[in-house]
Amino acid sequence: MSRVGGPALVRGPARRRTSVASVVARWWRGGAATLVFLLPMLLVFGLFSWWPIARTAVMSLQETNLVGPAEWVGLENFRTVLADPLLPTALRNTAVFAALAFVFGYPIPLVMAVVFSSLRRLRGLYACLAYLPVVVPPAVAVLLWKTFYDAGSGGVFNTILGWVGIGPVPWLESAGWVLPSLVMEATWAAAGGTVIIYLAALTTVPQELYDAASADGAGVLGKIWHVTLPHLRSVLLITLILQIIGTAQVFLEPYLFTGGGPSHASLTLLLLIYEYAFGSTTGGGDYGPATALSLMMAVALALLSWIYFRLTRGWSD
Amino acid sequence: MSFVSPLDRRRTSVRWGLRGVQATMLLGLAVVCLGPLLWLAKSAVTPTQDTLRSPISLWPNGPDLSIVSQAWTELGLSAYLVNTVVIAAGSWAVQVLVATTAGYALSVLRPRLGRVLYGAVLATMFVPIVLLLVPLYLTVLSLPVVGWSLVGTYAGAFLPAGASAFNVVIMKRFFDSLPREILDAARIDGAGPYRLFWSVVLPMSRPVLGVVSVFAVLAAWKDFIWPLIVLPDPAKQPIAVRLPSIAPTTDLSVLLAAMAISAALPILFFLLFQRLFLRSEGLEGAVKG
Repeated sequence: MSRVGGPALVRGPARRRTSVASVVARWWRGGAATLVFLLPMLLVFGLFSWWPIARTAVMSLQETNLVGPAEWVGLENFRTVLADPLLPTALRNTAVFAALAFVFGYPIPLVMAVVFSSLRRLRGLYACLAYLPVVVPPAVAVLLWKTFYDAGSGGVFNTILGWVGIGPVPWLESAGWVLPSLVMEATWAAAGGTVIIYLAALTTVPQELYDAASADGAGVLGKIWHVTLPHLRSVLLITLILQIIGTAQVFLEPYLFTGGGPSHASLTLLLLIYEYAFGSTTGGGDYGPATALSLMMAVALALLSWIYFRLTRGWSD
Repeated sequence: MSFVSPLDRRRTSVRWGLRGVQATMLLGLAVVCLGPLLWLAKSAVTPTQDTLRSPISLWPNGPDLSIVSQAWTELGLSAYLVNTVVIAAGSWAVQVLVATTAGYALSVLRPRLGRVLYGAVLATMFVPIVLLLVPLYLTVLSLPVVGWSLVGTYAGAFLPAGASAFNVVIMKRFFDSLPREILDAARIDGAGPYRLFWSVVLPMSRPVLGVVSVFAVLAAWKDFIWPLIVLPDPAKQPIAVRLPSIAPTTDLSVLLAAMAISAALPILFFLLFQRLFLRSEGLEGAVKG
């Protein structure tokens, strides 16, 4: 073990004067060690990431019931999905969810982080409080908010609204309210994580920039507008596309709050995929259409990110 | 490090405006972030009737601590908590194993195909998780070559967590930042690749290992959809998966007590390791990727 040379030594001048046999031996010992260290990654990524990704493309062209051998069906799965009357509904709901999540969920963490960074004391307490919802298991958070959203006048939110004379709101029961209700909970559960990212980025703003802005007569708001926000631009651009990709894949909230109801008003794309593959209402087992829709979604999201990064290339530093 | 200079603070309008905004924010955070959890804690020891009749009042007929023990025994929470802990521990182990060994191989040993492999890992970051759900389930149902099924096993629930590109990126970047002189000195002193990993590189990576570890455990504790799919047997499900399915048939106060227990552990975990969570240098590095 003592003379196992790492690649750095092998590349050195030692190589020239050693015999072929010892080069081979050394490579084997070094190479074998490298392989040992790569093995966990090769196995885990290979089995649970690379192989399933490759398999998606194949499976979208097949029909399989897991019992007999898979059958090639060409583009039949894609046709089935595109002809599904629920697809436009799911697409619309997902887009509305993502748009609402953007309107509410995107500015809030930014405002929070900017206010936090103005604190001289207690910043840890603020950050701690903001992060608290993030650590609550999502299933618990959804069940908790479900009791808050109780539609009767005795529900938690409706009781509070009743104090100011606003009538009971059918949070999860009406097609118009259900998506905003889900977005509220999702924003509550996720905002803290983004705040921490912004806070970390804010600590890297050079103090000289603020001092220079002060010297030029900028007030507090002027400094936020002309120094802080421009400095956050590249982080803001990334969190925006990550949020869009994330909210496009919303599953847990509609699955646990409403199961897609009332009358498909909260059916999202991922819920539709889940229904095809594992759903109880349709019996599930439609793995072909499920992978076909997954693949279309993945390609659409990849295209979206590509266009997004091309469009915004000039804005980031 | 702030957009408020001492000069700004001397102006009355700025000072009071700032204080007003900060106090409002603190109040808002307490109500919005802490409030729901305090309500959960309160309702966990409130009889169902009281919670339904007046959800906001604080124990109109006194608290009832027996609800918590009722939830613990009647719902058999201990078994589900054990499942959760086993899955979280397995998930942590596989994530740390894959991230450290891969990061070390790619950053320090630098095999010939290292760049290609790192690219293949990075590429998985841009593949939406949704794409994987169904094919991953079918893979776990019958592993390639060997044909074993991991469905219904804890391993099936936690092994896929190891394929985290974020972890590998964070680890590799950290190893890249280690001073090369130290690694070269250890090599000259005769340390082989295993010794170098175990006695030099790992002890130096304690901070980043801490960050990866706390996020790994929290993510496993929060995970819902994957254990739901891969563990059809309720006896093996973690608590977060079990709660929604027992919710419709469980008395409200007992359910709320079970939810409080299920949320209390990760909250405690967060409060213990809050420095690691909130500093989150790893997260930011990965996002800037």
